[in-house]
Amino acid sequence: MAPLLVVTEIRAARPTGLAIELLGLARSLAGGAVGPAREVAAVAFGPCAIESAPELIAHGADRVFVVVDADLVEFDSDRWCAALTSITREILPELVLLGHTPCGSDVAPRLAFRVGGAVASGCTEISRRGGTLLFTRTCYGDNARESLRLNASPAVATLRSGSCDSAVVDGSRTGTVVARAVPGPGRSRVVARQRDSGEAVRLEDARVVVGGGRGMNGAEGFLALQTLASALGGAVGASRVACDLGWCPKSWQIGLTGKSVAPELYIAAGISGASHHMAGCAGAKTIVAINRDAEAPIFRQARYGIVGDCIEIVLALAAVVSSKPAGE
Amino acid sequence: MHIVVCIKHIPDPDAPWVQFSIDARALAVVALPGVRWLVSPFDEQALEAALQLRETLGEVRITVLTVGAESCRAALKHGLAMGADDGLLLCDPAFDAGDAWTTAVAISAAVRKLGAPALVLTGRQAADWDSGVVGGAIGELLDWPVISFAAQVGVFADELRVQRVVEDGIDTVHSSLPAVVTVSNELGKARSPNLRETMRAARKPTTVWSAFDLGLHAAQIAPRSVRENVFAPSRQQQCEFIAGATAGEQAAGLAERLRAAKLI
Repeated sequence: MAPLLVVTEIRAARPTGLAIELLGLARSLAGGAVGPAREVAAVAFGPCAIESAPELIAHGADRVFVVVDADLVEFDSDRWCAALTSITREILPELVLLGHTPCGSDVAPRLAFRVGGAVASGCTEISRRGGTLLFTRTCYGDNARESLRLNASPAVATLRSGSCDSAVVDGSRTGTVVARAVPGPGRSRVVARQRDSGEAVRLEDARVVVGGGRGMNGAEGFLALQTLASALGGAVGASRVACDLGWCPKSWQIGLTGKSVAPELYIAAGISGASHHMAGCAGAKTIVAINRDAEAPIFRQARYGIVGDCIEIVLALAAVVSSKPAGE
Repeated sequence: MHIVVCIKHIPDPDAPWVQFSIDARALAVVALPGVRWLVSPFDEQALEAALQLRETLGEVRITVLTVGAESCRAALKHGLAMGADDGLLLCDPAFDAGDAWTTAVAISAAVRKLGAPALVLTGRQAADWDSGVVGGAIGELLDWPVISFAAQVGVFADELRVQRVVEDGIDTVHSSLPAVVTVSNELGKARSPNLRETMRAARKPTTVWSAFDLGLHAAQIAPRSVRENVFAPSRQQQCEFIAGATAGEQAAGLAERLRAAKLI
């Protein structure tokens, strides 16, 4: 049976939460309850690829391909595509899974069509129906979803973060680690990398995310959000409007064209709840909405709501949280 | 230098969702009459990038290209009114029945037929189906480098220089030409057509090519994906509003519930 291939991303020497989620999905699609399971292979890039392999195996990988190169610690489209093409041609997977991130979204169509396959991007669910894979993905700013079957092989898909559960960690799982040659330079090359600083907690992996929109009224409003986020040990995100207005770094954007977050708790302050923003937090387990307008659409998707002045409430909440730590 | 900008004619993605309906039987999303049709905003920004390149480089010809029915001429007209030099409509019933792969095959065949454009620009994704697949696919079909999610596009001495949006910042990517670049919203707002360009647009040429004109036969453009279902996601929640005389009271009420649910 054709294996499944998971392309992982590594941050700070560890697989991202989404990479672990992809392994969980691959494991569940690999079957094994009745009959033999398909093999789950993973690919990791960069100097930390080897040290991250045991974690990938514990989360479901049977074989880890490592492409160890200091420059590949960060994304390089041509070289990632070259390495993934050669691995795909070698193991002929049924499905290649990537995260719906800037890297995954870049590589997925290139890889799919280079190896004669087909692609489904931005999936929220991938399931097996009568022997074929069914891909459910967001469209129309996540006002609608479509389900697709792909009729070219291999299938390549990007998955939105928070779409499925990670496999249970099993430290006793065994797997093999295989080194792959580092591809030479491509026709395009990265000459400089500029990074937004000051992210104490990585937005995509945060348990708590505090998001701000137009209702935060400016950069000062985002200072209030940062106060709340640090009191909760969380990260700050934003709607596209707030980023476009320059109230916060563009990399804080949550939504269809920004990041997908899947925290346990998402506190949305001054965000009306436009579907293209909500597409980025569809995986949030509990949503709290704070808005001046009681009619704002966000309240229809929130578990708890507060109507009032966003900055006042955010600061009051930060004060309450810091004065009585959880567990007291 | 010749730049091809791929644009798509779509219903206004910012129109309220009540003006759309899902036709599950036809496997389609239907925009009700009254919804404005326009050029997908990311594609408009791709054209803006091309116009800015022309302002810097001087001698640049810009072709706006779309795949679709005769009604998509409206999108080309908008592109021409923004400042493009000529329009190209790839129109064939076989394209309508296709998917992103079909579209990419048609566009890459058209780019070859056009001669040797140096650059193909697209939006990062069409703001209707949100796939973001066609740009990368064109690059593979032409065997050109692809740079996605551009916030800025420059050409210096025949070298392409792109500021690319990544998860936590910006990468500067250099590439040889020809190349495909997909443009992200970080590029900034696209210009609106002015009166002078709108008047001139009426006299600019638009060409129509069919699958036959492009030398494409059915098997080459057969879709690689089949839509099985279209539905509205369910995510209605019963929201509990937390009352209080002051912000402090409301915050305390919320904190109490979040603690009880072990969320904080």
